Amino acid sequence: MKKTKQLFAGLILMAFGLGTAQAEYTLNLMKGVTKVSNDIYDLHMLILWVCVFIGIGVFGTMFYSIYHHRKSKGHQAAQFHENTTVEIIWTIIPTLILIGMAIPATKAMVELDDVQESEMSIKVTGHQWKWEYEYLDNGLHFFSSLDEASNKVRQVGSGIDPRSVPHYLLNVDKPLVIPTKKKIRFVFTAADVIHSWWVPDLGWKKDTIPGFINESWTSVDEPGTYRGQCTELCGKDHAFMPIVVIAMNEPDYNAWVEKQKAAIAAEAGSASKQWATEELVAKGKTVYEANCSSCHMADGAGLAGTFPAIKASPVVIGDINAQVKLMLNGKGMMPAFGKMLSAVDFAAVVTYTRNGLGNSVGDSIQPSAIQTLQSATPAADKNE
Amino acid sequence: MSAVVAEHDDHHDHHDHGPAKGLLRWIITTNHKDIGTLYLLFALAMFFVGGAMAMVIRAELFEPGMQFVNPQFFNSMTTMHALVMVFGAVMPAFVGLANWMIPMMIGAPDMALPRMNNMSFWMLVAGVLLLASTLFMEGGAPASGWTLYPPLVLQTGKALPFAIFSVHLLGISSIMGAINIIATIFNMRAPGMTLMKMPMFVWTWLITAFLLIAIMPVFAGAVTMLLTDRFFDTSFFDAAGGGDPVLYQHIFWFFGHPEVYVMILPTFGVASTIIPVFARKPLFGYSSMVYATAAIAFLSFIVWAHHMFTVGMPIAGELYFMYATMLIAIPTGVKVFNWTATMWKGSMTFETPMLFSIAFVVLFTMGGFTGLMMSVAPVDFQYHDTYFIVAHFHYTLVPASVFILMAAGYFWLPKWTGHMYDERIGRLHFWLSVISVNVLFFPQHFLGLAGMPRRIPDYAVQFADWNMISSIGGFIFGVSQLLFLYIVIDTIKGGTGEKVTAEVWEEAAKHSLEWTLPSPPPYHSFTTPPTVIPTEHI
Repeated sequence: MKKTKQLFAGLILMAFGLGTAQAEYTLNLMKGVTKVSNDIYDLHMLILWVCVFIGIGVFGTMFYSIYHHRKSKGHQAAQFHENTTVEIIWTIIPTLILIGMAIPATKAMVELDDVQESEMSIKVTGHQWKWEYEYLDNGLHFFSSLDEASNKVRQVGSGIDPRSVPHYLLNVDKPLVIPTKKKIRFVFTAADVIHSWWVPDLGWKKDTIPGFINESWTSVDEPGTYRGQCTELCGKDHAFMPIVVIAMNEPDYNAWVEKQKAAIAAEAGSASKQWATEELVAKGKTVYEANCSSCHMADGAGLAGTFPAIKASPVVIGDINAQVKLMLNGKGMMPAFGKMLSAVDFAAVVTYTRNGLGNSVGDSIQPSAIQTLQSATPAADKNE
Repeated sequence: MSAVVAEHDDHHDHHDHGPAKGLLRWIITTNHKDIGTLYLLFALAMFFVGGAMAMVIRAELFEPGMQFVNPQFFNSMTTMHALVMVFGAVMPAFVGLANWMIPMMIGAPDMALPRMNNMSFWMLVAGVLLLASTLFMEGGAPASGWTLYPPLVLQTGKALPFAIFSVHLLGISSIMGAINIIATIFNMRAPGMTLMKMPMFVWTWLITAFLLIAIMPVFAGAVTMLLTDRFFDTSFFDAAGGGDPVLYQHIFWFFGHPEVYVMILPTFGVASTIIPVFARKPLFGYSSMVYATAAIAFLSFIVWAHHMFTVGMPIAGELYFMYATMLIAIPTGVKVFNWTATMWKGSMTFETPMLFSIAFVVLFTMGGFTGLMMSVAPVDFQYHDTYFIVAHFHYTLVPASVFILMAAGYFWLPKWTGHMYDERIGRLHFWLSVISVNVLFFPQHFLGLAGMPRRIPDYAVQFADWNMISSIGGFIFGVSQLLFLYIVIDTIKGGTGEKVTAEVWEEAAKHSLEWTLPSPPPYHSFTTPPTVIPTEHI
């Protein structure tokens, strides 16, 4: 029975669209990979069918009337203009239907809201325009941005075919990895403006709000890669901060965690060595393109009125320590990069802005110096 | 059915004070018809301005990848498209209709407060021009969506204070218009025109006017708090100073939800006016229509947070707003059933106004269905902020409010001008519009369900096919509206060349008073009150 229903739903949706089915796109809501998302899908189908049946009734009556009760067919107008019985019936029946809908909807809502007895927690912070993930149980912490290939293509007038990029705009440099079959609690907040974290396969989205904490939970049964996007307008690159969640079996997940920890240790090691200015400038260029160019522009020219230019900026050609301090703590729309960038990346991009993009101050700063500053100053709230 | 007479009907009333001569007439006029005309023409112009912005949006979305505009400008376009359409096109168009029709429908000579009427129109023009000027400012026009959510809106460049002041002007203009409408309806009805004999259009506008007076100050307050947050160091919406960004959303939607009903209630009124005339039957369930309108207006004040199901409300809040929102389906259903019952066993003809009205009932109901779907909070966790929402509210605004404004244009243009429009072009306009509007918006349901967020200038490739189809529909819809512009100009200049009767449509005078006046009506509508009140609509 259920199968038949779904088949009919598909056919009706198809009839509205094109005759040719393509595997690439879907017409209906996806069922998703969690119990919650499946319950939501069933609710969606229930209400869709309620609407289809009411629609058939109302529109059927109307079109019967339009066809038969027309003057050109010689139909004489009746003069009735009220009927209390009918009016009471068509008030009560919709009320009963609504009650029938409200009961399963309430159940689903209660289920969705219950974050208790979770086995692990992940903190998600929305930034313009990337996501920050922090595993509250094992201390893993990283940022996740649009992948490089999509980022090249999405520049205005790039001329590159988006179809040449796998998962265009739905791919990131570092995906969020979660274990399967575990109840995971997510806590959400934001650093600048409101964002919204949505992976359709998980069945819900949640707004991330600066200064406030939201909660939600999921439990994925099957390993797989699930993609989503920011769904609250958050500025010019709102379309370019996707979400990728990879669900792994417990052993694979544990191996992944160990690998991340090893990578962090290696990173810390490279921060303590002495870097040449040229090395820093070369590395800084890639860091700049990934983190700074969306506001300050690839050539450092900025955007008049909103984003200051790097070229000949009094901050960048002024005292290096003042520039480092501003970048560590942020100012206004400028995010606090103290936590976002590793010491090496931070030192590299500072050095690059002072010796590239039309500037030639000539000085540089070592990652080790940045490391000291990062551990000394807790990332201050940039709004203060 | 357009009854046409050959002989020249000299209606000139020698006791009238005629309009001033030349351009000055339009600047200083206090006449309800002149001001109505100004409102309608201004709204039509803004319909094309807002429409041009929609064309930019659909052109950028025609294919994946960024072809024409940068993302910041794209966001400005979505923001300005909405603001211009809501505050520059749809609302002024209904105020224009109110100005023209309410005095004629209730048997009055003019509006109650004619000078304020003039002022409210010119403040609207000032407000919209101020808003449009932000497009040329450093940092660009507001790009945070028409909802102007902080903290994002506080990142707007130089445009922010100008946009806020523009909202203030538009709000004052709307409030003045609403006061005028209420004063006119309460004080200037002809003897015998009791409240429960008023045409539905008058009723719906009376209720709408109260909504406007209740909500516009709330919106003005919200944007003023944005202003002080940005320039005077307050922290209403900034958590770092003890404020709450979500507070703004609550205030905004307390305004915003009734606001969308401001655009739909007069729509209901016009539909309830047109359908009985062409069905040659009284409106079914007049009093239940009045009560349903009042019920919808009341409910509109207590459902606002269904726009915010994902902000993290406590579960009690989620459930309350879900149940309250579901309730709206009941009075709205009553209206749809009543229109259907009005057509049932009628003697229908299908001139352009009727065609647009039938399309309204069908397509508005589709928008209502999707509204019912998204009232269910847990499912809205999927729908929210996707193209499914975009499809929903465009169905309730374009083939609903805009179609009914078109219907009203065709229905009353012969009355206003004394000339008949070209029915063939009218029908062509209808069929092009009704087909293209569905090609435009129906696929957006699929896009939203498949996972495409709204307010994005570029998208993943699996959304490409439906976006292209939607854009094609959009371009055809946009171009088709030029036909309406042509018809308006053509009808003003003489139309088909035939003089129309006072009644224009067969037995329309049985339904409402404006059809007892000559076409075009005298400069001051009823200088002596009418003695017979039509009751066919009741």
